[in-house]
Amino acid sequence: MSATAKTITVRYFAMFREHAGLGEETLSLNVTTAKDVFEQTRLRHGSKEPNGHCKVAINDEMADWSSPVNDGDTVLLFPPVAGG
Amino acid sequence: MIEVTSDAIDAETLKGTLANAGAGGFCSFEGWVRNENEGRTVERLEYEAYEPLVITEGNRVLAEARQRFPYLEAKCVHRTGLLEIGEMAVWVGVASPHRDEAFKACRYIIDELKVRLPIWKKEHYVDGDSGWVNCERCADHGRH
Repeated sequence: MSATAKTITVRYFAMFREHAGLGEETLSLNVTTAKDVFEQTRLRHGSKEPNGHCKVAINDEMADWSSPVNDGDTVLLFPPVAGG
Repeated sequence: MIEVTSDAIDAETLKGTLANAGAGGFCSFEGWVRNENEGRTVERLEYEAYEPLVITEGNRVLAEARQRFPYLEAKCVHRTGLLEIGEMAVWVGVASPHRDEAFKACRYIIDELKVRLPIWKKEHYVDGDSGWVNCERCADHGRH
């Protein structure tokens, strides 16, 4: 994990928004990947949902959990989807 | 082309937009709000979507379907907001030269949409409780 904190805007949807009590927040996080953002915000808001069935996007592009996050990025955390 | 709307879906109007002189077959799928899920009586559903990525990823799905099952025209519309029992939540329509591509492309599109698009469904039960589909249960049980 990088020792340098990055400013990351995190957006929460559906169940995650309800857990967090807000739709978006900008945080200073020591993170390298999208997974790091998921885990740190999960701890912060006490969410029990594992990332297995969740999805992530960075700056409005679908991403992988191993995708790197950079200072100033917006990370979108999607709980398990259920369209249709 | 995929759209997200908070208005009621008009299937007949949508079907009309897919008219194509080269089409010999048309297939559609409608997803309706059901009054029961996993033994619980559902009163209504609430859909939430992140529209920018529904559009991007949805159009990717339509392009994949066209590559696999060459069709002439296809469209999908998904509802958001509060829906009552019996309302249409999603409509997929495909027009193609022959029926086989229409059936297969329609099936591919709805199957992929359900697992890939950032759309969430909250069930409101008759007992006053509510829950996000696929969420709390898989967290509680440690599985999907």
